[in-house]
Amino acid sequence: MGKATREAFGEALLELAEAHPELVVLDADLSKSTMTQAFAKKYPKRHLELGIAEQNMIGVAAGLALCGKTPVLTSFACFLIGRLETIRVSAAYNDTNVKLVGTHAGLGIGEDGTSQMGLEDVGAMRSLPHMTILQPADAAETRQAVEWMLAHKGPVYLRLTRQKMDDVHGPDYKFKLGRADVIWEPSPKPKSFQATVFASGGPVPCAVAAAKDLLPRGFNVRVVNAGTLLPFDDDAVARFAADSARLVTVEDHNVTGGLGSAVCEAAAQRGLGVRVVRLGARDFGESATPSQLYDKYGLSAPHVAEACLRNLD
Amino acid sequence: MPAATVAAQDLKTLTKQMRVDIIRMIEAAGSGHPGGSLSIIDTLAVLYTKFLKFDPANPSWEDRDRVILSKGHACPALYTVMAYMGYFPREQLMTLRKLGSPLQGHPDRRFLPGIEASTGSLGQGLSIAIGMAVAAKMDAKDWRTYCILGDGELQEGQVWEALMSAPKFGVGGLTVIVDHNNGQIDGPVSEIMPIESVVEKLSSFGWSVAAIDGHDFAQIEGALSAAKESQRPFAIVAKTVKGKGVSFMENVIDWHGRAPKKEEADRAVAEILRG
Ligand SMILES: Cc1ncc(C[n+]2csc(CCOP(=O)(O)OP(=O)(O)O)c2C)c(N)n1
Repeated sequence: MGKATREAFGEALLELAEAHPELVVLDADLSKSTMTQAFAKKYPKRHLELGIAEQNMIGVAAGLALCGKTPVLTSFACFLIGRLETIRVSAAYNDTNVKLVGTHAGLGIGEDGTSQMGLEDVGAMRSLPHMTILQPADAAETRQAVEWMLAHKGPVYLRLTRQKMDDVHGPDYKFKLGRADVIWEPSPKPKSFQATVFASGGPVPCAVAAAKDLLPRGFNVRVVNAGTLLPFDDDAVARFAADSARLVTVEDHNVTGGLGSAVCEAAAQRGLGVRVVRLGARDFGESATPSQLYDKYGLSAPHVAEACLRNLD
Repeated sequence: MPAATVAAQDLKTLTKQMRVDIIRMIEAAGSGHPGGSLSIIDTLAVLYTKFLKFDPANPSWEDRDRVILSKGHACPALYTVMAYMGYFPREQLMTLRKLGSPLQGHPDRRFLPGIEASTGSLGQGLSIAIGMAVAAKMDAKDWRTYCILGDGELQEGQVWEALMSAPKFGVGGLTVIVDHNNGQIDGPVSEIMPIESVVEKLSSFGWSVAAIDGHDFAQIEGALSAAKESQRPFAIVAKTVKGKGVSFMENVIDWHGRAPKKEEADRAVAEILRG
């Protein structure tokens, strides 16, 4: 088991701080959880603690950005999206260089329960012009996504996990914005697939486990990591729809508005005529361990496998 | 059904036992928020035993008083008081945060009758409470609304929008209790984002304000009585100690949101029972 992506994010900030003297980090009383504490300790003059005031934090970040700083602000994903209209006007409409980092995404926060779960954030953020949305799957991808984010001019939403994540990328991994990468497929590569699974964030390891489990049962399944949710890799949808009997999406987010919607939109727009099975939350969530919730809300490996095989007629 | 009168001496015994339950339930859950639960338990105990109108057998009784725990993470304190008041069996406290339990990580009205509003995102409870108080006034009902806020929570802008609106709507039936323990997650409130002077700010917003020691039963009772008589929205600023009752937790920021391990819980319980 590798690191939580929030942890890799905290380390990346520290590593990149010297190369980005314009980088400023803002927090709203969750720096211990969002992993910005080490940065705050080392660079106290480049850290602003706003208290439990996310809306003010977003606005202050926008002002900093309009004066040449690169503000990175953090909170739980749910508390950032709670201030959508402020993000819309102050950060996105003004086309500022604000980097919003939402951690503890989705059901993966577990026992804290519904009020702490960002389950609709991608849907809302995906509707904002100028926005870029990144959801890295492991530590290596997170490191490079943060590097890309700091170099990019414009608002970015980086969505991170509370829970530890398996390393899914090899040592040669290169982050490329807007590209959905194949992270697992049977070898040698088969001509056709029972399914291609698009996964993003927390449930990526569930998708890989499901594909591995289905191979000896005679089913070829490919797993694609959708690390960029906006702009979305529509070409990948077309490419994989061509050799797959179906597409499956799995995300720790509501089935509406996020990855599942992005894949369906691409498929419909291109007239691909492929069936899409969407796995994700369809309700508000509740308290339990993350793995219990992934089971109950249909994101765990057996659910992904079932979605690959389910009779769709 | 107003709760039975409980003498101060009984309150001391009662809140000791409640503190033990708070520690044990968070220990059993393996996560949760002891600090802010231990700072508010004395007020909640006085409120429920001496002031609140409610019927545990009929949690949605129309004429009940409403309580909103806006600092929802302190729900172990609320659940404990509710268990003692008969809403559900005390044994159920040990199911806190477990799959299927009505005792969610933050109060959830979908699962637990007696929870008036689901909370957990700080800053939202007072607005809901004002809506309830306005509804009572519209219908000429005399039930009251109580809302409990954290002092760190006062940093949320929505709280001040709400505070501004209550006097305008003239909701005399509304009481706010600020759990002023000077702790939040990243550090002391006075360093993270100073909020003083809370008393002056609330007064200047048109509220009647009582500043009390939130661990002194007589003062809590006195303030809640004054609130009941008040024609204006009434705020009780209760000076408290985060982690009150367990010396190694008191004013230690780390105990905001971490569960005691067995050995720590045993030590905490022994100390509470001794104290
Ligand atoms: C809107 C929002 N932002 C952040 C959090 C995370 N959070 C939970 S408790 C807490 C600190 C609360 O401090 P305070 O209100 O003083 O409560 P107490 O010290 O009484 O526990 C924070 C920031 C939250 N629950 N809601």
